[in-house]
Amino acid sequence: MSILEVKDLHANIHNHEILKGLNLTVNAGEMHSIMGPNGSGKSTLAQVLARREAYEVTRGQVLLNGKDLLAMKPEEAACEGLFMAFQYPVEIPGISNAYFLRAALNAIRKYRGEEELDAMDFLPLLKEKMRLLEMDERFLNRPVNEGFSGGEKKRNEIVQMAVLEPKMAILDETDSGLDIDALKIVAKGVNAMRSPDRAILVVTHYQRLLDYIVPDYVHVLVDGRIVKSGGKELALELEDKGYSWVEAEATA
Amino acid sequence: MSTINTIQDLTNQEYKWGFVTSVEEDKIPKGLNEDVVRLISAKKGEPEFMLEWRLKAYRYWDSLEKSHAEPKWANVKFGPIDYQNMVYYSAPKKKPNLKSLDEVDPEVLRTYEKLGIPLLEQQKLAGVAVDAVFDSVSVATTFKEKLAEAGVIFCSFSEAVLNHPELVKKYLGSVVPYTDNFYASLNSAVFSDGSFVYVPKGVRCPMELSTYFRINAAETGQFERTLIVADEGAYVSYLEGCTAPIRDENQLHAAVVELVALENATIKYSTVQNWYPGDKEGRGGIYNFVTKRGKCAGRNSKISWTQVETGSAITWKYPSCILVGDNSVGEFYSVALTNNYQQADTGTKMIHIGKNTTSTVVAKGISAGHGQNTYRGQVKILKGATGARNYTQCDSLLIGDKCGAHTFPYIEVQNSSARMEHEASTSKIGEDQIFYLRQRGISAEEAVSMIINGFCRKVFRELPMEFAVEAQKLLSISLEGSVG
Repeated sequence: MSILEVKDLHANIHNHEILKGLNLTVNAGEMHSIMGPNGSGKSTLAQVLARREAYEVTRGQVLLNGKDLLAMKPEEAACEGLFMAFQYPVEIPGISNAYFLRAALNAIRKYRGEEELDAMDFLPLLKEKMRLLEMDERFLNRPVNEGFSGGEKKRNEIVQMAVLEPKMAILDETDSGLDIDALKIVAKGVNAMRSPDRAILVVTHYQRLLDYIVPDYVHVLVDGRIVKSGGKELALELEDKGYSWVEAEATA
Repeated sequence: MSTINTIQDLTNQEYKWGFVTSVEEDKIPKGLNEDVVRLISAKKGEPEFMLEWRLKAYRYWDSLEKSHAEPKWANVKFGPIDYQNMVYYSAPKKKPNLKSLDEVDPEVLRTYEKLGIPLLEQQKLAGVAVDAVFDSVSVATTFKEKLAEAGVIFCSFSEAVLNHPELVKKYLGSVVPYTDNFYASLNSAVFSDGSFVYVPKGVRCPMELSTYFRINAAETGQFERTLIVADEGAYVSYLEGCTAPIRDENQLHAAVVELVALENATIKYSTVQNWYPGDKEGRGGIYNFVTKRGKCAGRNSKISWTQVETGSAITWKYPSCILVGDNSVGEFYSVALTNNYQQADTGTKMIHIGKNTTSTVVAKGISAGHGQNTYRGQVKILKGATGARNYTQCDSLLIGDKCGAHTFPYIEVQNSSARMEHEASTSKIGEDQIFYLRQRGISAEEAVSMIINGFCRKVFRELPMEFAVEAQKLLSISLEGSVG
C-alpha cells in the first residue's frame, strides 16, 4: 500500500507560490529520490510534509498511511511515523543527545499506546545505532548538535532516524556538506534502514549520494512540479546532461 | 502561527499558590513610627540590645525616607510606596508552641500542606529540615532535635535572639549593617522573624535546611531576616521558598540575608522565589526588595548563591560575596524569569579583597510577555587581591517581541594580576529549535520547556536534587501562555 500520497499539492511561502501541483506516490519498501535544480521546491516539499507552519498549503491533498497529513501538527506527523532528516540540524544547548532522543522516542511510544522506555532500556538501543553510524559514545551526553561538525550533525540525524524507526523517512539534502567518508557512513546507515514496511524519500541536488543509496525511483522537480520520473538511470542521465535538459523538455 | 499560540498558552497559566488562609490574626495597626518598632520588639519579648539596634535602624531609615533616599538607579518602574499605609506585624493568633506541632493552628498547617511543605512529623520531606514562616512569625521548625545532636542550631530568628543572644549580637549586621541601604534599614527596624543557623566548628550539617516563607495577611509587608554562620570547617546547605496569595494591591517584601563563612567553611544558599507576580495586566504582585550578602571571612571559605526567580511583580536583589579570606570562593548562579508585566533587576556583587580569591557568575535571564529583565553585576578587585580571578557568563533569552533584556556589568580592577572573563549573549527562542523538537514527536509545550531548561541547565545543576525538579516545573508553569 502507499505510505505517502501527494495529490495536486500547491504551497506558498510569504505569498509566493513554490509548489504548483505536485503529485507523488510512495509505497512501502520503496526508496524514492527527488532531484531538481536550486529553487525548484525540493526543500519546500520536505518542509511541507514535515508540517512546518511557515508554508501555506493552498490546494491539494497529502495522505500519510491513508490519514490526512495536512491536518496534523508536526509532532502528530512524527508520531504517525514521519521523519525528516534536516538539511541544517538545529543546536539545542544544555539538552543532551541521549535525553532528547529518549524524550522523542517516548513521546512517539506514548502516542501509540506503547510503554515508555527508561534510561536502562533506552541506552543500549541508542548505543547500537550510534555504532552503526560510527559515532563515539561521548556524543551521548553532548548537547544536541552543539559544536558538532557538519558531518557529525548529519550522522546524528541518521542515528535519530534509526532510533525512531519511522514509516516514512525524508532526507532533506543529507549529502550537502559531507566529505566522501562521511557520505559512505551516512549511506550505510540509510541502507540499513531499508525495510519492506518503510518508505524513504531522498531529496538531493546531486547524483553523488545516489551512488551509495540506490533509489528505486527518481523524480525530477522543476518549478514546483514533477516533470519527469524514472528509474535510477535517470539520475545518471541528469548528471550527464544537467537539469537544463529536463527543464527544456518540460517547457517544450 | 500556532507556535506563538503555544508560547502564549504556556505563559498564561494561573498562579497556583494564590489562595488565602482564613486564620485569626494578631495584626497591629497600619503605620510606622518609633512606637511601632517598640511594639514589635515587645511582642517578641526581645532583650534591650535588640530594641536599641532596631531603634537606631529606624531613625536612620526615617532620615532616608524624609530625604526621599530610596534607591532609584534600578531599571524598574513603580509608583511611590506609602510606608504609613502598611501593616508591619501580623501573626496567626494561636501562639505556636515550638515544642509541639499539635499546637500550631491547623489552618496554618493545612496551608503548608497545600503548598507541598508538610510540617507534620510523619509527612516530612526526607532529609530536609524546614522552618515555616507565616506572615511575620515562624510557626514551626522541623528536625530540631536531630540537628541539635550534631550541634547545629536551626531556629526562628526570634528564638535565636532569646536563646543565643551572644551569637546574634556578634554577627547581626556584620555583613549587612543597618545603614546599608534604604530597604535594609527598614528591615532592620521592623523585621519580625526569619531563620537563624549556626553550624559549629568542623560540623557538616547532616541535612538540607530550608525555610518556607508565606505571606498571607493583606496590606502587610513581610520583613524577614536570615542569618547563617558556618564556623571553621563547617558545611551547610540552605534553601528558601516563598509564595503569597493573589491580591490586587502590591505588597512589600523587604528581607535581609547575612551569611558568614569562617576558615574552610562552606555555605550553599539556594532560593526558589515564587511570590505572587501580579496578573496579566500587571495588577498586584509582590515588590521583592531584598538585600542578600555573604562574607567569606576566613581562608579557603566558600559561599555559593543559587537563585531561581520566577515570581514577584518587581525583583530587586543582588546576592553578593565579600571575599575577605585568602583563597576564598564566591559563586552566583541565577535564573530570573519575567513574564506578563514583571520586572526584575537582579545580579550580584563580587568584592575581591583576599589573595587568590575566585568568583564565578552565571546569570540566565528569560523574558516573555511584556517582561523586563535586567542583569546588574559588579566585580571589584581591590589592591591587595593578588591572583584574583572572575568568570562571568550572562545570557538572555527572549520569548516574543514585547519583552526586554538589559545587561549592566561593572568591572573594577585595582590589581594587575587579576584575570577576568566576561561572556554575554542574547538570543530569541528559536522557531527552528521548537520545530526541530516537534518534528521528532515532542509537543510544542514540552519543546519550549526543554529548550528553556537546557538554557538554564548550568544553574539548575547547582540546586539540590528535589528542588531542581521543582524549579523546572515552576519555570514551565510561570511561562505558560507565553511561548510561540
